[in-house]
Amino acid sequence: MSIFINSTSKVIVQGMTGSEGTKHTRRMLASGTKVVGGVTPGKGGQVVDIDGTSLPVFNTVAEAMAATGANVSVVFVPPKFAKAAVIDAIDAAMPLVVVITEGIPVHDSAYFYAYSLQKGKTQIIGPNCPGLISPEQSNVGIIPSDITKRGPIGLVSKSGTLTYQMMYELRDIGFSTAVGIGGDPVIGTTHIDCLRAFQDDPETEAIVMIGEIGGDAEERAAAFIAEYVRKPVVGYVAGFTAPEGKNGTRRCNCLWLIWNCAG
Amino acid sequence: MDLYEYQARDLFEKHTVPVLQGAVATTAEQARNAAAKMGGKVVVKAQVKVGGRGKAGGVKLALDADDTFEKAGAILGMDIKGHTVHKVMIAQAAPIASEYYVSILLDRSNRTFLVMASVAGGMDIEEVAHTAPEKLAKVPVSAVEGISLAKAKEIVAQAQFPTDVADQVADVLVKLWETFQSEDATLVEVNPLVKTEDGRIVALDGKVTLDENADFRQPDHEALVDHDTANALEAAAKEKGLNYVKLDNGQVGIIGNGAGLVMSTLDVVAYAGEKFGGMRPANFLDIGGGASAQVMADGLSIILGDPDVKSVFVNVFGGITACDAVANGIVQALELLGPKATKPIVVRLDGNNVVEGRAILNAANHPLVEQSETMDGAASRAAELAAK
Repeated sequence: MSIFINSTSKVIVQGMTGSEGTKHTRRMLASGTKVVGGVTPGKGGQVVDIDGTSLPVFNTVAEAMAATGANVSVVFVPPKFAKAAVIDAIDAAMPLVVVITEGIPVHDSAYFYAYSLQKGKTQIIGPNCPGLISPEQSNVGIIPSDITKRGPIGLVSKSGTLTYQMMYELRDIGFSTAVGIGGDPVIGTTHIDCLRAFQDDPETEAIVMIGEIGGDAEERAAAFIAEYVRKPVVGYVAGFTAPEGKNGTRRCNCLWLIWNCAG
Repeated sequence: MDLYEYQARDLFEKHTVPVLQGAVATTAEQARNAAAKMGGKVVVKAQVKVGGRGKAGGVKLALDADDTFEKAGAILGMDIKGHTVHKVMIAQAAPIASEYYVSILLDRSNRTFLVMASVAGGMDIEEVAHTAPEKLAKVPVSAVEGISLAKAKEIVAQAQFPTDVADQVADVLVKLWETFQSEDATLVEVNPLVKTEDGRIVALDGKVTLDENADFRQPDHEALVDHDTANALEAAAKEKGLNYVKLDNGQVGIIGNGAGLVMSTLDVVAYAGEKFGGMRPANFLDIGGGASAQVMADGLSIILGDPDVKSVFVNVFGGITACDAVANGIVQALELLGPKATKPIVVRLDGNNVVEGRAILNAANHPLVEQSETMDGAASRAAELAAK
């Protein structure tokens, strides 16, 4: 088991024909992800060959789902077109949409998040996130797949590189799923959503949670852990020395927090 | 990006939010001319991006053009909480009957937009929220739905605006929403929104924050950037597309990949620095996941150009860009910089292809570069070198 993605996940890549999309489609395929196609409006009908795998390109997510049975979409579309791409996926009732794109205007993220709530069929991860990996099963996004192996730890993090660092430190134990939720002001999947899923996942035995200063998501997660989570959780918040008020950051304490670890 | 009050006023005017006449001046002479044009009494207001300017003497009523010259002369150059006043706004004076508050903002916690409205305006709204929360209406606004006239009327009713101004305030809310949305703002605040003695509703003072991610579709926003007040190093970094923030009282220059890792690095250096007479990180610099030679060279040159920096700590975790590529980037960066590289550099590489990466740095054998295997060890060594 794992959360959100596993070996049966069928993945399409929105923006597969762009340079980032192509590069990371290759990496996802190499790490065993079942990538089944791509979506680029206007390029439907093309077939892209990536290291010997032929992948069909569709004009819309709905067409891609109908033809391939995809249940995950990963978005590499540039900021300008990201809102339209995510709305296309929501309109197609794609169950999981992972938005890697960095630099999306917050009005666009707020719009597609609100739209996903209205439609009620789509979970969004990100934007501005590295994606998620269930090692040896599926890798959706840009997390390096060769850091660690499958194991009992669940990881949820706002930060990309700290996610990799933590996976590396704990590589001998391994991970059920590592999720990079992204650090943007509006994100689709929160620490709390992941904590709930890890608590409910039988393969996950312990949870690591990494936060960053800015917003109150970590405080809310702490309250949720006390209420719902019974597995051991170790939490870290970076930013002790961050400057006050610059780049929208606020001073707060760097914290290591531990729950449910007694015995 | 936070705007000055006069810039906010101009945006309001553009979106037909009712405002009074206003002009910006950088000299007392310009201020006098602006006041003469308006005629009558004016208010001279210091333009600084910090609260509390009224209490600091940065807002003064002037009776005529000559008085405006005097008042503007006194305010220009004034220091308000560490901000020097370079500009004043000359605003038409209006007899005020009542003061209200309205704002539209991004509510991160609930991942939606929020309208706040109160008939208790003109004061610090956080104070109102704290002492009399029942006087502050908070209404979530969906990014999909926005603020229609019907929604605006709902908000006005909830905030209990008097009936004689309700329609006007609702109209202002719709126009503020239009400003908020079409300008890609994350905050539009009017405090106070006033009723004048002749019964008009006017936005007297405003704050606007714009989302820089939307710059690609907001060509007009470039003109609003305040180049004067930016730190020179930060300006140079911005030109090169680097995410750099100068920190006060620091000696250890920091380069890392990924915002979270860099923040964590700042924490570790501040902690390690305590043992070496209080050495602290001198900056935040995130060179991103790519970390090419050029980006590394740009980053190093910014940091080495900071006279406060005594040593540099390069902290990279090799993910997609593996450690060997990063090590090559560092070597090439030092070649590009040549004699401009003058300060000791402690490098900590970890992650993918770490063995190859370390070997490349060892082979290059640059006199300024030394390696450390752990983040704590590297932080400690960089702090030690900075203290020498």
